[in-house]
Amino acid sequence: MINIFEVNETNKMIEQENLDVRTITLGISLLDCIDSDLDRLNKNIYTKITTLAKNLVSTGNEIEKEFGIPIVNKRISVTPIALIGGSACKEPGDFVTIAKTLDQVAKEVGVNFIGGYSALVSKGMTKADENLIKSIPKALSVTERVCSSVNVGSTKTGLNMDAVKLMGEIVLKTAEYTKEADSLGCAKLVVFCNAPDDNPFMAGAFHGVTEADAIINVGVSGPGVVRTALTKVRDANFEVLCETIKKTAFKVTRVGQLVAREASKRMGIPFGIVDLSLAPTPAIGDSVADILQEIGLERVGAPGTTAALALLNDQVKKGGVMASSYVGGLSGAFIPVSEDQGMIDAVTAGALTIEKLEAMTCVCSVGLDMIAIPGNTNASTIAGIIADEAAIGMINQKTTAVRVIPVIGKGVGETVEFGGLLGYAPIMPVNNFSCEAFVNRGGRIPAPIHSFKN
Amino acid sequence: MKKSIITVVGKDTVGIIAKVCTYLAQNNINILDISQTIVSGYFNMMMIVDATAAGKQTGKVADELVALGEEIGVQIKMQQEDIFNSMHRI
Repeated sequence: MINIFEVNETNKMIEQENLDVRTITLGISLLDCIDSDLDRLNKNIYTKITTLAKNLVSTGNEIEKEFGIPIVNKRISVTPIALIGGSACKEPGDFVTIAKTLDQVAKEVGVNFIGGYSALVSKGMTKADENLIKSIPKALSVTERVCSSVNVGSTKTGLNMDAVKLMGEIVLKTAEYTKEADSLGCAKLVVFCNAPDDNPFMAGAFHGVTEADAIINVGVSGPGVVRTALTKVRDANFEVLCETIKKTAFKVTRVGQLVAREASKRMGIPFGIVDLSLAPTPAIGDSVADILQEIGLERVGAPGTTAALALLNDQVKKGGVMASSYVGGLSGAFIPVSEDQGMIDAVTAGALTIEKLEAMTCVCSVGLDMIAIPGNTNASTIAGIIADEAAIGMINQKTTAVRVIPVIGKGVGETVEFGGLLGYAPIMPVNNFSCEAFVNRGGRIPAPIHSFKN
Repeated sequence: MKKSIITVVGKDTVGIIAKVCTYLAQNNINILDISQTIVSGYFNMMMIVDATAAGKQTGKVADELVALGEEIGVQIKMQQEDIFNSMHRI
């Protein structure tokens, strides 16, 4: 039987170390909503989501109360809208009406984000894909809760450099369209390589076409718990360090698995995956950077950072995999800048640069995330950053992503405030030597040799 | 039977157990096990209870216990046992 020490350990994690379930994300397929009439399509989308998701928030709140574990976000992901709107949307403006419908639905069912305003163009773009991508700046400026993502490459297909170039322009345009809000639109826009179909985390969540009609995915978190566990093994060697991370990740993930099963049972919707991620928030003590410092770095960015992050990421996966029956999504450590106080401090202290962050993305689960850059950065430079990051993903057979925010009207040394879970960020300098001729070549970068496994 | 765990943490004072037990009795909640320690003047109690026969929903009971705790000046939590079993038992 459970004893008082175990109960106290769990409750201490929840109360003092910010253990929480970061998100319950309900994935909904919109494939059966497709219609050639735009009004009917919007109506179908509205009806399907409101029907399936009507109990999402109340179920989450019930579980939260009964188990005493905070569930921070309840969210929805849908089939990439470029596929859904293809036959009804003749121009970018038509797609914007779908974004508005999604925003309205999100508000009505009470979720704080809805993801899937997306296009998958890793090899080529259809007319619909292109129209959706061109509608992103407007769509993100007239909606609050809609998140957008574009997959521009994969290990199997190589990189679609036409899409990379276009996304450089779209990121900048989104920044322009939302400049009154410190270019906040870009915080809701992710450019992926090897995007997973079942990621529950925003802004990159969408419901892949390989998924069932509806599915519950859960994202766990708990950087504070890992860090606290590590304070007890300060002088220990790597074996002890790794074991400690693994055991902690196991415990954290078991809670996620329980919540996922419970939500699935109560809503009558199948359980998909648990995403084992260490997702930081701006709250004190809820930081991945703090874990890296606890491992032995003075500041994130110091030599040794990539190795420390690599071992952290690997041990989180090893501990988590046994704790859950199905693991998926991004699973690993997130290293967003604005959402992690330790990262912000490292940037402010001059310890962390974009180049070091890029190296770190080779060994962790995502990419260049929530990084504010000067508003006068060229579109081709942003495309170059996207190409570099996508190449890392393509060659290493992993997911990578870029979520940079060119803050219009602001430059290096200034700070931008996004508020809430998105946090604040010092604007980081970007290497401004031109890559325009490279980006303008057009066409595709072929898939790497090790993708041919057949 | 769905077991829940009630934890009571706070400054030690007269009648904590009495008040919690009275509430549980009034709500038809059966106590299966109690363990209690005092760490540097702080009262720390764990109860394993069976709330199957309680007339109220688990969430409502949890809320009322929080309120009772505020009255006594301690922190009371009720959670389903599954969360602890998941974390500490394979």
